[in-house]
Amino acid sequence: MMKKSLSGLSLAYLLLVLGFIYLPIVIMTAMAFNESSSYALPFRFSTKWFEQLASNDILLRAGWNSVLLAAANTVVATVLGTMTAIAFARYTFRGKVLLQILLFPPIAIPWLILATAMLIFFFYSGIGRGLHAMLLAHVALSLPYVIVIVGARLQSFGTDLEEAAATLGASPLQTFFRVTLPTIAPGVMAAALFAFGISFDQFVTSYFLSPPGVTTLPVEIYASIRKGFTPEINAISAIIILVSMLLLLAVSRFYRFAGNS
Amino acid sequence: MARQGRSIFALTVPTFLWLTVAVVLPITVMFYFSFLSASPFGTKPASLTLDNYATFFTKDFYSFLAWRSIKLGLLVAALCALIGFPAALVLSHRLSGYWREALLLLVILPFWSNALIRIFAWTMVLREQGLVDQAVHAVLPWAPSVGILYSYPAIVIGLVHSFLPYMILTCYISLQAIDPSLVDAARGLGARDHTILRRIILPLSFPGLAVGAILTFVPVVGAFMEPRILGGRQGITMGTVIEDQFTEVFNWPLGAALSFILLGIVLAILALCYPLLRARFRLG
Repeated sequence: MMKKSLSGLSLAYLLLVLGFIYLPIVIMTAMAFNESSSYALPFRFSTKWFEQLASNDILLRAGWNSVLLAAANTVVATVLGTMTAIAFARYTFRGKVLLQILLFPPIAIPWLILATAMLIFFFYSGIGRGLHAMLLAHVALSLPYVIVIVGARLQSFGTDLEEAAATLGASPLQTFFRVTLPTIAPGVMAAALFAFGISFDQFVTSYFLSPPGVTTLPVEIYASIRKGFTPEINAISAIIILVSMLLLLAVSRFYRFAGNS
Repeated sequence: MARQGRSIFALTVPTFLWLTVAVVLPITVMFYFSFLSASPFGTKPASLTLDNYATFFTKDFYSFLAWRSIKLGLLVAALCALIGFPAALVLSHRLSGYWREALLLLVILPFWSNALIRIFAWTMVLREQGLVDQAVHAVLPWAPSVGILYSYPAIVIGLVHSFLPYMILTCYISLQAIDPSLVDAARGLGARDHTILRRIILPLSFPGLAVGAILTFVPVVGAFMEPRILGGRQGITMGTVIEDQFTEVFNWPLGAALSFILLGIVLAILALCYPLLRARFRLG
């Protein structure tokens, strides 16, 4: 191993990078508590932007849509993704490679291209725009991540337990609910939280698929930024950042990013 | 056996159908649209034509834009690698245990928060009277005001900030997988730090660097929100022009053709990287 002692220089570098990553977030959150509507300094503490936010119906409705959509996406993507991950891990079948290839576009194609393609097709086929169209998009974007995360968990457990259960006379459904699901539960939980995050933060597809009047938070925030922004946007942004970070902290309880060492 | 077939069918068909409706059919129909002379929803009759693609290849404006987007993608990927790799190296080889995990979590924590909001946050830092401006004036009160918001550097800063955590994470994963005994052996044989870095660590962590670069390059080439917010009038890219075709100009066939050209560019670059990646991954 290289020297484990942490030299001052490398620690300073890491802190510098962390400073760069957190600088804008800290400034933006601070400005949400600044009294001035034009972000003027000196800083005067005020919670009035949060109070105004509480009576901003447009932003509140957009927020409700975002939560609703993320919840629906979490359920659908986690269930479908877990089913597919089980099929990938436990069976070989015709079409397996094709299905695996189909999981690439949501990751490897810029979202702008996918979103405009969906807009065209949904218009053309009569599916139309709206929350249902956004759900179609968000689930498609979430599926590859869910399948990878649940798949990793499935792979780390062999089929021994399941075979034992089957030998002892458990039906496939009993085996799934009493043996497989409890073992992969942490992976499924992490995948569900990921799916929630993907949908809650998703801007590009929601933007192209939102008809006038039906928006989500990111879409509404983008519109406000282009119109000329107000500290109310900072207030809602600060709340979203907080929720997202808490969500990832929750994910990290189920899913170790740092590896096992 | 028949029963197994049925369960495989039941497990995979929903995902298969979902991806068909949300990804395969849209891309196919967009391909068809890119050859239409007018949007079929309008009053004008639509016929098949190559005009939309011809527009791209005959007007200098579009090839200029495509180049600009590719260069932006390369620049941002390179900067992320330059800044992110050393940070990942410190995390993986100079830290351990609790601190390593805590600091890594700190790095990836904000990247899970909304990309749009983080870009918006930069406008507060970069604009006139913003943080950078005020800091400069605190030191040099007579300096002219520095608002670099609505400029090319502002777009680059915002995009590097957006994708840096990806790069750190992918580099970290491959750095962490390097067998420590290799480094010990090299050191035992008298290799200095920079030799170890150049001959062992860099080659073995190359896959992480390459994956990070691809994960950065692909979305940056298609970026439209970041150039729009941070670039102002300087912020015209392939992405913003495509956005305009769908939200302002309503020339969907041209937008579809431009999207497909962008897709072609992305796929071409991925194909160029493929042999390189394959060779390195087999080695690692």
